[in-house]
Amino acid sequence: MVNPEIQRKRYPRTSPYLVGREKVREFGRAVYASPESLDLEVAKSLGHSDLVAPPTFPVVIQEQSLALVINDPDAQLDFSRVVHGEQRFLYQRPVLAGDLLTSELSVASVKTLAGNHMVTFETEIFDASNQLVCTAISTLVVRGE
Amino acid sequence: MQLSDLQIGQVVAEKTYQLNRDSLVRYAGASGDFNPIHYRDDIALAVGLPGVLAHGMLTMGLSVQPVVEWIKDSARIVDYGVRFTKPVVVPANSPAVVSVTATIAAIDQESSRARVDLTAICAEQTVLGKAQVWVQF
Repeated sequence: MVNPEIQRKRYPRTSPYLVGREKVREFGRAVYASPESLDLEVAKSLGHSDLVAPPTFPVVIQEQSLALVINDPDAQLDFSRVVHGEQRFLYQRPVLAGDLLTSELSVASVKTLAGNHMVTFETEIFDASNQLVCTAISTLVVRGE
Repeated sequence: MQLSDLQIGQVVAEKTYQLNRDSLVRYAGASGDFNPIHYRDDIALAVGLPGVLAHGMLTMGLSVQPVVEWIKDSARIVDYGVRFTKPVVVPANSPAVVSVTATIAAIDQESSRARVDLTAICAEQTVLGKAQVWVQF
């Protein structure tokens, strides 16, 4: 299960993640993305400095923060029993190739429902100038024993 | 395309995607999510699943793409959220077909935003719930 005491716990800032242009293309091809994520000329014609990462790309950064929770003995999060329940992204701006991103996760809530735990994480993603780029909100369902 | 051109209930995009095992392996590599339930039948069955499943984040990722194609620039998406309601089972030898329909559900003149609701259907089941995209106009 998960330790309910981690509610409101804030995890440290992750190491910087450099969003590579080819990673954006690779992720873009995997989610059937539009040319703005694949073709530099198209991205530039829309006024962007580089390829635009698909809307769900911030999940890659969220995972960096989630790894801290999984490796935190205090959280007691049994990942083998985890199912992804909900996911949401609030965007200040799109992620672009070349961005250097860090993230900070906090545990928004831990609820118990029908013998399962529902844990909601809020991960704020910042760029190299420490401006908020996106907030990723993820609810995991930890199935009961 | 302007906010004033939109009407509640208007279907703005529709697209069908065929997911096979190659699609899941490609997403695993691109995203770094190597959970074996997304490519190994024996492990998926051992943990009580009906079969190998598509990553929820793959379904979420492709379901917004018809909207991106419609608005041309995903920078105008300000909010995107989904609930994962049913798994997408991907057999080893035939594709899973996911059909996405994007419909205007709300128009907010004050913020100049429209909410586009997505329905994603696979094997006659709705696989995403409360799938909502807010677009800035």
